[in-house]
Amino acid sequence: MALEDRNRVVVLEDRVENVSGADFPMGVDGQDVAFNLEGFKDTFDIRIVRITPTDIEFDLVGVDASIANALRRILIAEIPTMAIEKVYMINNTGVVQDEVLAHRLGLLPISADPNEFQWKRPDSVPTDQNTIVLKLDVACGVNRAAAPGETDPRKKYVNSSVYSSQLVWDPKGDQEQRFAARPIRPVHDDILITKLRPGQAVTCELHCEKGVGKDHAKFSPVATASYRLLPEIQILEDITGDDAELFRSCFPPGVVEIVEAKGVRKARVANPRKDTVSREVLRHKQFEGKVRLTRVRDHFIFSVESTGIIPPEELVTKALDVLMEKCDIAKAALARAVKSSEEDE
Amino acid sequence: MKAEEQNGVEHLQHERLGNGGRRSAEELLGASIGMDVDAKRLTDPIPTIEDKWQLLPAFLRVKGLVKQHIDSFNYFIEVDMKKIVKANELVTSDIDPRFYLKYTGIRVGRPERTDADAADRTITPHECRLRDLTYAAPVMVDIEYTRGRSRVIRKGVVIGRMPIMLRSSHCVLAGASDDEMALMQECPLDPGGYFIVRGTEKVILVQEQMSKNRIIVNTDNKGFMSASVTSSTHERKSNTYVCMKKGRLYLKHNMISEDIPLVVAMRAMGMTSDKEVAQLIAGVDPFYLDLLSPTLEEGAASKLFTQRAALDFIGPKAKSMGRRPGVARRPAHEDALDVLANVVVAHVPVNGSDFRAKCVYVAMMARRVLQSVSDGNKTDDLDYLGNKRLELAGQLIALLFEDLFKRFNSDLKINVDKVLKKPNLAREFDVFSQLMCHGDLITQGLVRAISTGNWSLKRFKMDRAGVTHILSRLSYISALGMMTRISSQFEKTRKVSGPRALQPSQWGMLCPADTPEGELCGLVKNLALMTHITTDDEEEPIRRVAFALGVEDVALITGAELHAADAHIVFLNGLILGITRAAQRFVRQFRVLRRSGRLPAFVSIYIDDHRKIVHMSADSGRICRPAIIVDGGVSRVTSEHVRQLLAGELQFDDFLRLGLVEYLDVNEENDCVIAIYEGEIKPYTTHLEIEPFTLLGAVAGLIPYPHHNQSPRNTYQSAMGKQAIGAIAYNQLNRIDTLLYLMVYPQQPMVKTKTIELINYDKLPAGQNGSVFVMSYSGYDIEDALVLNKASLDRGFGRCQVMRKFTAMVRKYPNNTFDRLTGPPTFQDGKVPERFQFVDDDGMAPPGTRLENGQVYLHKQTPVGDDDGSGAAGGSALTAPSFRSVPMSFKYPDPGYVDKVMITTSESDQTLIKFLLRQTRRPELGDKFSSRHGQKGVCGIIVQQEDMPFTDRGIYPDIVMNPHGFPSRMTVGKLMEFVASKAGAIKGELQYGTCFGGSKMEDMCRILVENGFSYTGKDYVTSGITGEPVGAYIFNGATYYQRLKHMVADKMHARARGPRAVLTRQPTEGRSRDGGLRLGEMEKDCLIGYGASMLLLERLMFSSDAFEVHVCGDCGYIGYKGWCQMCRSSKSMVPIKIPYACKLLFQELQSMNIMPRLVMEDI
Repeated sequence: MALEDRNRVVVLEDRVENVSGADFPMGVDGQDVAFNLEGFKDTFDIRIVRITPTDIEFDLVGVDASIANALRRILIAEIPTMAIEKVYMINNTGVVQDEVLAHRLGLLPISADPNEFQWKRPDSVPTDQNTIVLKLDVACGVNRAAAPGETDPRKKYVNSSVYSSQLVWDPKGDQEQRFAARPIRPVHDDILITKLRPGQAVTCELHCEKGVGKDHAKFSPVATASYRLLPEIQILEDITGDDAELFRSCFPPGVVEIVEAKGVRKARVANPRKDTVSREVLRHKQFEGKVRLTRVRDHFIFSVESTGIIPPEELVTKALDVLMEKCDIAKAALARAVKSSEEDE
Repeated sequence: MKAEEQNGVEHLQHERLGNGGRRSAEELLGASIGMDVDAKRLTDPIPTIEDKWQLLPAFLRVKGLVKQHIDSFNYFIEVDMKKIVKANELVTSDIDPRFYLKYTGIRVGRPERTDADAADRTITPHECRLRDLTYAAPVMVDIEYTRGRSRVIRKGVVIGRMPIMLRSSHCVLAGASDDEMALMQECPLDPGGYFIVRGTEKVILVQEQMSKNRIIVNTDNKGFMSASVTSSTHERKSNTYVCMKKGRLYLKHNMISEDIPLVVAMRAMGMTSDKEVAQLIAGVDPFYLDLLSPTLEEGAASKLFTQRAALDFIGPKAKSMGRRPGVARRPAHEDALDVLANVVVAHVPVNGSDFRAKCVYVAMMARRVLQSVSDGNKTDDLDYLGNKRLELAGQLIALLFEDLFKRFNSDLKINVDKVLKKPNLAREFDVFSQLMCHGDLITQGLVRAISTGNWSLKRFKMDRAGVTHILSRLSYISALGMMTRISSQFEKTRKVSGPRALQPSQWGMLCPADTPEGELCGLVKNLALMTHITTDDEEEPIRRVAFALGVEDVALITGAELHAADAHIVFLNGLILGITRAAQRFVRQFRVLRRSGRLPAFVSIYIDDHRKIVHMSADSGRICRPAIIVDGGVSRVTSEHVRQLLAGELQFDDFLRLGLVEYLDVNEENDCVIAIYEGEIKPYTTHLEIEPFTLLGAVAGLIPYPHHNQSPRNTYQSAMGKQAIGAIAYNQLNRIDTLLYLMVYPQQPMVKTKTIELINYDKLPAGQNGSVFVMSYSGYDIEDALVLNKASLDRGFGRCQVMRKFTAMVRKYPNNTFDRLTGPPTFQDGKVPERFQFVDDDGMAPPGTRLENGQVYLHKQTPVGDDDGSGAAGGSALTAPSFRSVPMSFKYPDPGYVDKVMITTSESDQTLIKFLLRQTRRPELGDKFSSRHGQKGVCGIIVQQEDMPFTDRGIYPDIVMNPHGFPSRMTVGKLMEFVASKAGAIKGELQYGTCFGGSKMEDMCRILVENGFSYTGKDYVTSGITGEPVGAYIFNGATYYQRLKHMVADKMHARARGPRAVLTRQPTEGRSRDGGLRLGEMEKDCLIGYGASMLLLERLMFSSDAFEVHVCGDCGYIGYKGWCQMCRSSKSMVPIKIPYACKLLFQELQSMNIMPRLVMEDI
């Protein structure tokens, strides 16, 4: 393996090469490179590329895939949130059956800070410290104000569609004061829960509990969390003229630009980050041997889409917290193991 | 305005007619095909007719799919029924010659309820389904009869109730708008075409059989060449054969015990001259005359030269029929004459003693045998679809009704005779009262036949079982598939491949993919999308037209003319009409008349060049389909017509009327040159296909890109599509079916086909579009197992509901006792037992109750029988009877909910309670899934989302499928579906995978590339476990997955201890009885072979029915403990363990006076 390839995943037309790193994180096969904190500090970098209230894209540079993957896995499965876990159906005369309605309600993201709540064990009773109570009480009726001959059910009837906005928080204990700043409510107001027709009604009490995504996807704080490696396009030989145009068209807009030097149009890589690795360029005979696609092994472009319960930037730090907690457990366990083995000796 | 439009259409029609006229003139001039085509026209670019497939939805609005059932039933109700009554209109009496009863009319009313005191008598099909009623309408007759000396006329006398086919002309759903359908709780997409009898939906399957009244030449089972005819008239059905044995022709018939030499038979029918016989059979062709000479010689050798002699010869051999006791025996020759006139080739009419037509017919049969003997290729193919007829609901019910009506009349006559026999009647006899008390015969006969499926009609020697089936409501597709199914009359045990093989003549008529696997493979077929099955058309007008077009009547010509070189024999519905000397012209003119609407559209005509015959058919049961007419290399349908069709100015029937499109039956299709695409039209082309994808049926039409699949895969999918869970109908939540599977979130497929839209599968889908990665994952995916994403399941992927019906009758008994519903029983302390906790005071669990295993949802009590109950109560009728609880409890391991409770009264006025219990299930390990390409698999493992691989864009799979599923299956269509649906998902539009068309792969790949994906559909993927890239690009895309009805929850079963059978004390059998797992014959052999005797003993006795008996060592009989009753001693009693079944056997043997002894020995 060439030295420069050590840190690259090679994208070929029919396969991906150099997939695995070394046997241990940040290492190099056949070389004894001990982990060096100073060196790590040098290379490690986090750059936030884009941040919106729900999404974040950041670069994580200089860590091993295992670390990046752990972060991703924790984001999906191990950050706790509050979600509706129990539905006490008092009345449901709509067409959507109780358990289907309960399932739909469970999937609603509830805007509540999970840090403020305790875990509820199966045997423990609901308290204001571990349960949020929401209520839904909707009945559909005829809208007397509707024009005669109206056919649109939204106008003809009242409450023909039940939306998440109709969930009412029922504060218990000191919850009202605790959450005065940020009252508990569904993240989105326009999620359709069910549809009703005159005479039908839904009344139920909903209990939210703290949980994690590995138990049920409804607790996952992210819509999705994933990463990709930074793509790299190496032009090994000049690509000029019409070929350059073709070359440019093989990538998403903005990846490759054409520069004109001395009357010759030449393709130049402008922003490989935008490349989607469609390998379209490798299909063309004329670029054979002229281009090489690789990806930087330790440059992760993270993309986290929050469900809106926890802001994305907070999500990542929380994930790191969970990761550190896990490390602490592992460290303690490791220490015990070392100690016991020493004692054995 | 409207009138103007009308005028417009009429004007256009006029123009087309004019055009047609001109063309026909050309044709009349003998401008035969391919001779007179404008050279210039050929060089023109071929105009393609845009959107000509739009004819298909237009066709389906008037015909096709289930319309044939409905048309056939309508024909029966409106035409055939009247004919049947007309044929049996008179009832007379043997006693009183003045008495008569005459039916002057019959009609069927609207479906009515039978409840005694109902103000509103209309009933909806859905009410019948729910209340277990029969959806039937009264049959009313108008009668005219004598009462004493006066004549009485009564109108609208009800003689019975006729089950009504849904959506037929007499159904309340006929012509109902979607809103009206909704009011009647009926699904507007439901195809109809079935009956509701005692609450169950029953379909009369289409029956396939050999065509009646046609000559079929084939080698019979003894290896002789024979021509056979199955004659079918209203009176009887019979088979007649003319066969060649040792070079001689014989006439064979069931009613004649011996084979009659043909010449003798002809003489018996009045054709005494050898020359005439020879001419009729062979014409003047020396070749055929040579072949015929042994037959003639045999005739001469028989020395039976007169008709009487021949009749006397046949007479003793004829099995005379229907001779009444007491009537003097007829002379033999009369018997013979009777058989020849009425039984032999019964469908050829004999006027008085004019047998000529029958002679010509028999001669024709003989000629066909000679032809086939000389040229083996001229035998008929029994499997050729043109030789088959399909029998539909209408015809079957007509047979039944005719039989019942005749029985009704004969019963009536017997009763009338009985009454009139009485010497002095107190009152004038009014037959009306007799008529009324026979009302049940017809009703019960019809209902019983439809609900049991047993069609046994003695007159037609018809005894068929399994004619009707319960309409499968597993999914919308299974119901629809059932309506297009054709069952064959061939017995399935016969090991011949012919009837099972795919016949080339099935093209476009029957679906090549949709047939079951296994024993019924190829015998059960399905109609293609664009087929129609004909009903009877009147023969007389066709006959007149034929004569007008120059057919010479067969009665007026001799044999020599009949077989003249230039003559074609003209047949109508299998009867010889005459000859024509210009067959091509005759056929052309005939078609012109048909296309212009002067003849019914479903009359077919074709030339059989090999046998020089022109066949015209107007009988029922022929399969036919429409095709666009092409003449002179130009399609008659133009883009302009299609535009008008789309604008609603033209309907499909207008296309027929304007002579743009015509129906071709299998035989006529065989006589045409049909181009598949416009580009293939040649000067000699006669027709153009409307759309090639219509050769598939409704079920196979769901498959995207089926033309890229290996053919068995399409067959497998056709079977599996019917097991997919999905939406069943819009009224699915109002139905209370025995078993109902519903999907919680069904989706329409990303890759549709035109068929899907036409049959409304997009509105009632059965499946979901899952994101599928084709890769190996975890090893739990071998042998087609699938890996499912847990997060997807959490979010509702593949979630389904199972609804089960449980019925209870609360009966009233004749002794004034009755069942009752009561609240839960209580313990002494007033507490309610656990299992009764949800039972309300009315004895029922309310809707919404969650039931666990063993909990009671209905608490019914029945009165205890007289012998013990009243005895305890002192026999007094006044004391309240004692009751015994018969609670109904929930018997499934997973909890369920009470969905609905219905309380109503049944037909017999008993209270009927129906419980609908519901379970919602998320997919679990072992549940079965399938894509639409015959690729089924069970769930092998459910994986956390974070462990799943993901693409650069953060896409996780719902399903991971093992790539080993592809190489051997060769389902390229599935690969194409992946790509097309991925492209569709990216672009936000649905794609098409219609057979022989659909979205082009090139376009799909372009969409992928434009959006930054690889054109191959394979993406760079990162492993969710290691976080490192996967070394291969992973093929992925959205694919439509069906959840099949086979679920682990319904099948899992295990038992340690449990119930035992009473008689043998062995563990019960089967999951439903919590039975044991059998150590079977072969397992037993294994243990014997291995020598594990103790294990064998344990399995077969100790774990089963070990029983200790005490045997007497002296006499060897089983005695009591310590006492032998036989020896009267307790000396040598030995306890031994034997299987209880063995003890039982000994006792049973003893009861038969066989004495088994057990001989004891020390070991």
